[in-house]
Amino acid sequence: MKYADEFRDKEIALGLAKAIRSEADPEKSYRFMEFCGGHTHAISRYGLEDMLPKNVRMIHGPGCPVCVLPAGRIDMAIRLAERPDVILCVYGDLMRVPGSQGGSLLKAKARGGDVRMVYSTIDAIRVAEEIPGRAVVFFAIGFETTTPPTAVMIRLAEKKQLKNFSVFCNHVLTPPAMQNILESPDIRNIGRVEIDGFVGPGHVSTIIGTEPYEFFAEEFGKPVVIAGFEPLDMMQAILMLVRQVNEHRHEVENQYSRAVTRDGNLRAKEEVSDIFELRDQFEWRGLGLVPYSGLKLKRAYAKYDAEVRFDMNELRVADNPACECGAILRGVKKPVDCQLFGTVCTPETPMGSCMVSSEGACAAHWTYGRFRDHQQRRAS
Amino acid sequence: MKADQRKLDIRNGCVDLSHGSGGRAMSQLISGLFHEAFGNEWLACGNDQSAFDVGAGRMVMTTDGYVVSPLFFPGGNIGSLAVHGTVNDIAMAGARPLYLSASFIIEEGFRFSDLKMIADSMGEAARAAGVYIITGDTKVVERGKADGLFISTAGVGVVPAGLDLSAGNARVGDRVLISGTLGDHGVAIMSKRQNLAFETEIVSDSASLHDFVASMLAAGGKGIRLMRDPTRGGLAATLNEIAQQSGLGFRLQEAAIPVKPGVAAACELLGLDPLYVANEGKLAAIVAPEVAAAVLAAMRVHPFGRDAAEIGEAVADDHHFVQMATSFGGGRIVDWLSGEQLPRIC
Repeated sequence: MKYADEFRDKEIALGLAKAIRSEADPEKSYRFMEFCGGHTHAISRYGLEDMLPKNVRMIHGPGCPVCVLPAGRIDMAIRLAERPDVILCVYGDLMRVPGSQGGSLLKAKARGGDVRMVYSTIDAIRVAEEIPGRAVVFFAIGFETTTPPTAVMIRLAEKKQLKNFSVFCNHVLTPPAMQNILESPDIRNIGRVEIDGFVGPGHVSTIIGTEPYEFFAEEFGKPVVIAGFEPLDMMQAILMLVRQVNEHRHEVENQYSRAVTRDGNLRAKEEVSDIFELRDQFEWRGLGLVPYSGLKLKRAYAKYDAEVRFDMNELRVADNPACECGAILRGVKKPVDCQLFGTVCTPETPMGSCMVSSEGACAAHWTYGRFRDHQQRRAS
Repeated sequence: MKADQRKLDIRNGCVDLSHGSGGRAMSQLISGLFHEAFGNEWLACGNDQSAFDVGAGRMVMTTDGYVVSPLFFPGGNIGSLAVHGTVNDIAMAGARPLYLSASFIIEEGFRFSDLKMIADSMGEAARAAGVYIITGDTKVVERGKADGLFISTAGVGVVPAGLDLSAGNARVGDRVLISGTLGDHGVAIMSKRQNLAFETEIVSDSASLHDFVASMLAAGGKGIRLMRDPTRGGLAATLNEIAQQSGLGFRLQEAAIPVKPGVAAACELLGLDPLYVANEGKLAAIVAPEVAAAVLAAMRVHPFGRDAAEIGEAVADDHHFVQMATSFGGGRIVDWLSGEQLPRIC
């Protein structure tokens, strides 16, 4: 496949793996977090862990919008879907995300809620046009990458004068979450920072650019390399991080220069800032309340805000106390360190955020990598 | 002219509730549309059941429901699929399929012209496979209760004496063969989904495989341990099933697995993995290493096996993992599909 195979070339990969092996200091350990779920998926799907030396470890971050959506927001959506006047349009991977008490949108649909799977934001607009007599709500989730399409859709609804269309906004921001991971008590308490550098998000950075990470790299003294999603992108980014650590640098470097610029997509950023504003705080499954990490619609667009329109109450639900997602997302623990992993918590019956979508740390390890645990056990 | 001999208005008419009521309208529909499409001596008798002689050997029986959406897709329709799918379930036992039943649940308002097209494809697929649709049933439900049409077919076939294809036969070192490119059916269906339509030249691989199976058996004999057709859940589900049932594991080579570029591109776009996408005219065979080359050669001379490939082998593994060396140089598990990748694919 053109434009994809070039980035999956085995020979080049082996060359990069060799370079990482020879440049990584065997006396040191390198712990890098890939923030983005897309990167986690690429690492697992292509088996990149097998190509890295033992002292270079990847920690899978919270960058999967489905995974970090708290159970309370799912419960809110379920309540909305139960209203007979509402059609709730959602992306397919949200259907199975567990709310509290075993609920999910899939189950709400089976009980009679009108929940419709859509593949793009425009599909939801189409439903609203086709069925003017009912209120169509789009369940908007995602990082900075998916926020501009939601903004464009609200503009479109305005232009078409659609009165039956609104958005349940769950858009979140990357830089505050990265900051939260380094500032969290888990990491401060044990007195050492477990993360030596970040593989920065690719798609998010096409929108926000590399500039927002500059403060972060400086403030926390951590290198950031923005990377693409193909396996060669990942290998190259890891090599770039190893070099920064070896040279005691902490800069923002851009491996994904074919798509990402320093300033990002100005038009998209403008659209987003016209329509959305920061929430004081937003709950992330696994991380808890993170200040200034979520977006809501500005007051001028309140008629498109489902939370205002349907007077939705914020619901907060505690995660299973045995769930280690918070520690896993921060790199303090590995999936196998959690008692629930692979026992009661599997991709079929996810208990915590990391098991919810294939981009989550636990689901990726379970689906693609768990054979290594058995290999290790046998070896020891 | 008698009322029940009046012809159906195939061009402009449509099914209504009276066509499932057991009265004259139903009789017209059956004789005017289904009998014509399936035409055989058993149906001509008009009984509620059909009698046939049972030959030597063991019989196999299978049944399957078809709810595919959309009903018409590149490379076939729900009718041809309902024949191929059931014929293949019989063929995977190494059996020769003989007779099918067909049951139709039709929504009122369904156009006769579409129903005729579907019935004709069933008849054509059955004739091509050398099987007869010898009994059937027709029900009509109210609008909105059946999304157009659901078909259910059952089939019987006969297995030659001494042949027993089963997961229990698999041994460490056996080779995994597949008959061709993966994911064609699933991608063909997806390309026509209302809210997902994209342009592709990919057509469904839907086909009856029993002749192909016979040619493989002739080449591999008892060296062929078992065969499965990787439909829903794709090759990943099939191999995990076999691993569980045989108590073995599998090790695959990703680079050896054939996938059409158009299918790979569509999967890339939709975030799917071809290993999990449905096939309707492909099979996976587990064969003894000493016959692998001969079976593969026999597969490749048959039109359904031109792209056949050896993609891995059975290994001892207490965890029954299906593992794969990725083309990139790493390793990973090919796990069961979790959740639903795409509903109503067959």
